[in-house]
Amino acid sequence: MPRVTRRAVLAGTAAGTAAAVIGMPAIAQATPFKIGLLTVKTGPLAQGGIQMEQGIMTLLKQRGSTFAGRKVELVSADTGGNPAGAKTKASELIERDNVDVILGPLAAFELLALNDYIRQKGTPLMSLAAAEDVTQRQTNPFIMRPSATSAQCCHVLGDYAAKELKYRRAATISEDFAFGYEQMSGFQRVFEDGGGKVVKKLWPPLVTPDYTPYIAQIGNVDCVANGFAGSNPVKFMRAYADLGMKRIPLLAGWTAMDDALLKSLGDEAVGVVSAAWYSASLDSPVNKQFVADMAKDHNVLPGGYSAGMYIAGQVVEAALQKTGGKSDDKKAFNEALRGVSLQDTPRGPVKFDKYGNVVGDVHIRRCERKGGQLVNTIVKTYPDVSQFWTYGDQAFLANPVYSRDYPPAKNLE
Amino acid sequence: MSAVSGLLAPRTAAIAMAVLLLLVLPLWVGNAYYVNIASQILFFAVFALALNVLVGYGGLTSLGHAGLFAMAGYTAALLLARGHGHLVADTAALLVTVATAAVYAVLSLRATGIGFLMITLAIGQILWGIAYRWASLTNGDNGVNVSSRPMPFGLDLSGADGFYYLCLVVFLACVGSMAVVVRSPFGASLRGTRDQERRMAALGYDVWLIRFWAFLLSGFWSGVAGLLFLYYNQFISPQVVALTTSAEALLMVIAGGTATLLGPIVGAALVVIMKNVVSAYIVRWNMVLGIIFILIVSFMPEGLVPGSARLWAWARHRLRHGKPKPAAPGPVAAPPASGGKEGVR
Repeated sequence: MPRVTRRAVLAGTAAGTAAAVIGMPAIAQATPFKIGLLTVKTGPLAQGGIQMEQGIMTLLKQRGSTFAGRKVELVSADTGGNPAGAKTKASELIERDNVDVILGPLAAFELLALNDYIRQKGTPLMSLAAAEDVTQRQTNPFIMRPSATSAQCCHVLGDYAAKELKYRRAATISEDFAFGYEQMSGFQRVFEDGGGKVVKKLWPPLVTPDYTPYIAQIGNVDCVANGFAGSNPVKFMRAYADLGMKRIPLLAGWTAMDDALLKSLGDEAVGVVSAAWYSASLDSPVNKQFVADMAKDHNVLPGGYSAGMYIAGQVVEAALQKTGGKSDDKKAFNEALRGVSLQDTPRGPVKFDKYGNVVGDVHIRRCERKGGQLVNTIVKTYPDVSQFWTYGDQAFLANPVYSRDYPPAKNLE
Repeated sequence: MSAVSGLLAPRTAAIAMAVLLLLVLPLWVGNAYYVNIASQILFFAVFALALNVLVGYGGLTSLGHAGLFAMAGYTAALLLARGHGHLVADTAALLVTVATAAVYAVLSLRATGIGFLMITLAIGQILWGIAYRWASLTNGDNGVNVSSRPMPFGLDLSGADGFYYLCLVVFLACVGSMAVVVRSPFGASLRGTRDQERRMAALGYDVWLIRFWAFLLSGFWSGVAGLLFLYYNQFISPQVVALTTSAEALLMVIAGGTATLLGPIVGAALVVIMKNVVSAYIVRWNMVLGIIFILIVSFMPEGLVPGSARLWAWARHRLRHGKPKPAAPGPVAAPPASGGKEGVR
């Protein structure tokens, strides 16, 4: 039986690659710039995934699919919302479609599954996934996050609750997974630093048919902070209002009061105070255009998932402008991406810290009914919020990543 | 060609051709992405074959095999993360997986049929719960990363081709050993316990023990597949332990054809290709997969491989004799698949 040696295989591959490389320079500028989108179109996370796709498509339509004079092509891949799928699809985008940059994925565990692979391949990736450590203790030179870490908005929420709203006793409730832990730990840390006490922490499972038993445990507090995501916030807020709990003010992280959810919410959402890095109500020309185009093309009010991908696209565009439309040198292009600083994005000014995470405004909003429509009205803006809040990166990174047990909750009753 | 087929039995020739084709596959597909898909097909085929030992040959339908698959992956990943070498981690992973299979077997072999299915399902869910909730051990939802693939004998497996050949070697070893097991007296007695449980017992066979050994064997190969899965993804998280993984493996076995060696391989190829390749072109690939399964169940309830063989035989007969055989293309004698309850009671 003829044996195929590894060497023969490698030689074959090398010859193929060489042929491809030799053919390259002549067509370098003519080839379109390829954006690979890792999104979720099937399964429970599909709603956020579809919003992501709409966001980047809106930007491409506005620019006539041309960034810095170069044609842009979007290749979309459905990960199915699981880590193995994300890995396979990332390999499809990088190794088969030869994309220049990847936008996505959506979920934290998907990003964590890709972390080493992206490091190995060196294809820049911009994700909305909040898995904090990817831009903290396991920082990856090719991964950037234009949205926010889990705790980035919740730090702000904790500060606002303690210092402006003067709440002293809080309960937290969020899904029993990493994104929930990281958000609520961030809230607890800043809230307690500001003089408050988190006296109850509740962790319903990801799929909870009825929140009543959890809400019943909340007890005597000044406010309840929640960090739900997906469609859970709708279910939770309805149960909260139905149980007559609205006398205790409700605070929310960005996914728990995302603008895209407003169409599914009613009076139960009125009065909820949330901290978010994007708000459809932001009064800037670029955001108004974005909101109008999203309404026209997709008939939706955009939330963070769409805005995040739109902004990621803007960052790619800015990087291409810096390199004169060139992306052949992956390293140089990656450097250009990380050095991007933008003023006009739907969320406001955007720049990146040396860990690849965004530094940008975080808005405190109060949900109101205006002319029959629910609106998240901005009541305060914290400018240039870093993922490390005011702790400084060195001190922050010396601690373990936020988890269910860290920082320890010392004031539980 | 005729000389070759004259020398060898057609079956041997076909197998040799298939192996040859698999050996040169990275050369003609070229692209690393497709080579990776081929690797996935191979290790999922190992997993499906492992499950098939119980489902097909033992008549015991398990819905908890993801637990075994992931047990190997998690054990190895956690040991690697704590700084142990690949050899230690992999050996320990296989031992732990076989031990887990023994626990599965002791608990679930009290029953057959639906009872067996429910017990394996429950154990699988318990393991999922541990992977998901015991975060201090398993890192919970965030999963465990494996920073590198092993380098046995100095071979570099970090590339797509290298890893494919590892999968191929393991796959061939698995198919070969499974063929030996199936044809051995043990394989015959396992089929005996499936078809005629009480008669086997009456003949003096220890039915429980035969099934127990079959479970260990199935667990071992599931563990091997789990290790390949871990090294392929270099990441493991609770999703792998979830019920969908077990169900998918069962679908591979049933779609391809239970109690055949080729069936689970074809089933694995079908599912992996639908999930990864077709999904790039069709958004509702889940629906397409569903329709394919319905078609398989309607027209080839015994599975793709035996079903195709039957249709082929029928078509050949028709061509030769110009009229349909009395037994039209309905499934003639589907092998008793899951359950195998038609034995004398």
